[in-house]
Amino acid sequence: MNGKNISVRKMMSEKNWISVCFEDDLFADTGVCAKVNGQQVAIFKSSRLNELFAISNYDPIGEANVLSRGIIGSLGDAVVVASPLYKEHYNLRTGECLEKPEYSVATFPVKVENGVVHVQA
Amino acid sequence: MKKRIVVVGNGMVGHKFIDNLVNHADAAQYQVITFSEEPRLAYDRVQLSKYFSGSTAEDLMLTSENYYNEKSVEFILKDKVVDLDLDNKEVITASGRREGYDKLILATGSFPFVPPIPGNKGEHCLVYRTIEDLEAITHSATQSKVGVVVGGGLLGLEAAAALKAAGLETHVVEFAPRLMAVQLDEGGGKLLRRKIESLGVRVHTQKATTEIVAGTEARYRMNFADGSHLETDMILFSAGIRPQDELARKCGIEVGERGGIVIDNNCQTSVKDIYSIGESALWQNRIYGLVAPGYHMAKVAVSHITGGSEQFSGADMSTKLKLLGVDVASVGDAHGNTPGSLSYTYSNDVDEVYKRIIVSADNKKLLGAVLVGDVEAYGVLQQMCVNGMDLPEDPNSLILPSVDGSSSAMGVDALPETAQICSCMDVSKGTICCAVQNGATTMSAIKDATKASTSCGGCTALVKQVMDSELIKLGVEVSNHICEHFPHSRRELADIVRIKKIKIFDELLDGHGKGLGCEICKPAVASILASFWNEFVLDKKHIGLQDTNDIFLGNMQKDGTYSIVPRVAGGEITPEKLIVLGQVAKEYKLYTKITGGQRIDLFGAQLHQLPAIWKVLVEAGFETGQAYGKSLRTVKSCVGSTWCRYGVLDSVGMAITLENRYKGIRAPHKIKFGVSGCTRECAEAQGKDFGVIATESGWNLYVCGNGGMRPRHADLFATGLDDATLIKYIDRVMMFYIRTGDRLQRTSVWLENLDGGLAYLKKVVIDDKLGIAAELEQQLQENIDQFQCEWKTTVENPELQKRFKHFINSDDRDENLAYVLERGQIRPAFKDERENKIELVELVD
Repeated sequence: MNGKNISVRKMMSEKNWISVCFEDDLFADTGVCAKVNGQQVAIFKSSRLNELFAISNYDPIGEANVLSRGIIGSLGDAVVVASPLYKEHYNLRTGECLEKPEYSVATFPVKVENGVVHVQA
Repeated sequence: MKKRIVVVGNGMVGHKFIDNLVNHADAAQYQVITFSEEPRLAYDRVQLSKYFSGSTAEDLMLTSENYYNEKSVEFILKDKVVDLDLDNKEVITASGRREGYDKLILATGSFPFVPPIPGNKGEHCLVYRTIEDLEAITHSATQSKVGVVVGGGLLGLEAAAALKAAGLETHVVEFAPRLMAVQLDEGGGKLLRRKIESLGVRVHTQKATTEIVAGTEARYRMNFADGSHLETDMILFSAGIRPQDELARKCGIEVGERGGIVIDNNCQTSVKDIYSIGESALWQNRIYGLVAPGYHMAKVAVSHITGGSEQFSGADMSTKLKLLGVDVASVGDAHGNTPGSLSYTYSNDVDEVYKRIIVSADNKKLLGAVLVGDVEAYGVLQQMCVNGMDLPEDPNSLILPSVDGSSSAMGVDALPETAQICSCMDVSKGTICCAVQNGATTMSAIKDATKASTSCGGCTALVKQVMDSELIKLGVEVSNHICEHFPHSRRELADIVRIKKIKIFDELLDGHGKGLGCEICKPAVASILASFWNEFVLDKKHIGLQDTNDIFLGNMQKDGTYSIVPRVAGGEITPEKLIVLGQVAKEYKLYTKITGGQRIDLFGAQLHQLPAIWKVLVEAGFETGQAYGKSLRTVKSCVGSTWCRYGVLDSVGMAITLENRYKGIRAPHKIKFGVSGCTRECAEAQGKDFGVIATESGWNLYVCGNGGMRPRHADLFATGLDDATLIKYIDRVMMFYIRTGDRLQRTSVWLENLDGGLAYLKKVVIDDKLGIAAELEQQLQENIDQFQCEWKTTVENPELQKRFKHFINSDDRDENLAYVLERGQIRPAFKDERENKIELVELVD
């Protein structure tokens, strides 16, 4: 591991993990929106991957807080959410918009501990 | 100096000439001037009867003033050319206007022949030729109960259809012993008569009208030579056409003994630089009363003027049309007048089908054919006849019904490249194949590229066959895969789900797909699952498949709020319910608007407000309007016989019955209905997926219409139905659509893409050709039995309401929402209004 990675990790770990809900509150393959430090965070659960994802809830193209209400799935190798407004796809791992790469959304670390969902934002 | 081309008459053929010339490579050398005595430019007279099934004069137009302006065509309307100055090469109009010409085209068409019967000039004695005539007919129909058409030919029967559509008791009086005596033989004429009479049109053959006098029970009484009589309120003469050759006659241009401007193979008249084309022209002592030969003459005249070599050498008079819903076709020598000719006849009284082919004495070539009731073979027979192709080994196969349901003994592959597939627009098989090779792989692309099948539409099936055959030759497999996750179309997925009884998405993906799915396949599969197993759409198993509109049971608007649209079946609402809607809208400051589907839309509800709002609505007796679903939207109705002076049946009652029957059923796309209480059609039912129109003899059912982006008039599917049969047919069509439609495919596109089209759909639904009618009905009934109002279920279940919150961990609302007032109601603020925070409306929590 090189020094740069370590410093990034360190920076991230400086933010606190915030508990937002129980894992059971998440329906499989849907999203919810959590308010974390004043930010709107969309959290998704993929049942097939058994994995959680967290990105900003703000759709920069439709200019509304709606991404948590999009349908998730895959396009090629990318795990994505489709905006419910105009259907652009955002990569859940990188935040990049697949159709319009000049747009992207923030991504956030997310984890489950003791059945509780935590987000760093 | 440009050559001046004056075209007298702007009918279909005159316009065709102009269109060909202005699109010719040398167009710049010509200045075109056209005169019309009618108040509008060329329109489609072939489709005139559509005026009575809802088309407007506008819909029938073949060109526009803009188009002529763009192409620098000078046009003078409502000014008839009354004289020619042949020495100075000038035309003179009724208003005294003079225009010089280098070449003159007489495209004056024809006029309806009114038999010289005493009393034929009454106010309600009309003809059927122009839009003004149609307006007069419509006007007269409002003051008439009974209508008679004099003449049982092609146009006469179209006119009869028009009177029938206008709600009149309709009679056809024909001098000859049978209907369509020119095109049909005795057997065909007999069956046509039977079919037309079963539709409620009374046919009187071998009747010669001697006089028209005042009637006792109706406006007029027609006395016949055989001593009988008929009383009627209006009379439509449709006893043939006569060439409009007055101008030529007056100026010494040669005309035929029985009328018509004599032309040669170049469409030139006896006077230099003067041509005649269309129904005014007489070629080898023959007038062609069809549009395709007229179009050909237009092409020949343009060719001659521009130095080409095209010649007119006669035309095929084959016709295929639908009269009063009855399919009729006639090819070549339909009467077997060729010496020594033989015939094969297939006659089936049960299915009401009559087919006869005339073959050469050596049994090698097809000479002609008559088809009534089933005209599927028309394309092949007509091509065979025109191209002089050899008959198949067993000519019977051309007319006998095939056992496996596939049609035509001979495929389109046997046709030569030069075969003219579309005679109206003169499109050959080679041109269509070429368009396919250049990437036109759908019917609409073929139409755009070649114009084939864009006039009368009679060749649609044949064009599709040519296209399909070419696609197969090219080895093109048009991918109809729904998305990258499933190598199947929606229809195939529906079959898999149904046959393998698959109930959850993951099972389908595991067995038949790859990846995680996406926003295309997931809702499509959800819709299929809902259609077949109709479980609660918000069941945990399916919730991840649904579009946000389905999850939150409302339509998401641009700012992330939702709209609320309760069902108002048939558009009927009590004052009490109206007040509740108003109270709710006021309390939550919702933007309120009446929709096109006769209900009320409330906009701007935040996620967390939805359950509370719906609780009030459900308690007041409202149900969800499913405006968010790919399912039945509304059944629009006019007020019908309960209140309206003109109403024939109770359209509101039927609309409510239909809306309550089909509400909630998931389909490939949204479905709209309309029910009109009479043929005035105030509910605009023919622009809907299912249109129902009341007539004296019962309900007429129209299917697969559409408004919106690509409007399509619905097709008449069945007539004179009672309530039970109407519902039975709708059940079957709807379930067949749900089973076979593609994702997001409206019924209009579905029908256009359905192999065999409307005729096939009728066979499946009315004749139960596939033997699935009972199954379709049963499946639909299961859907109906399982209906639930999703909002009622939700407001009764606190667990389900949990999702209706903007934040999972906070009761705050979305701080991004901002509204201003406009015309007394809220509207999402524009960016600058939001940034300057000017007069934002305080939101309700």
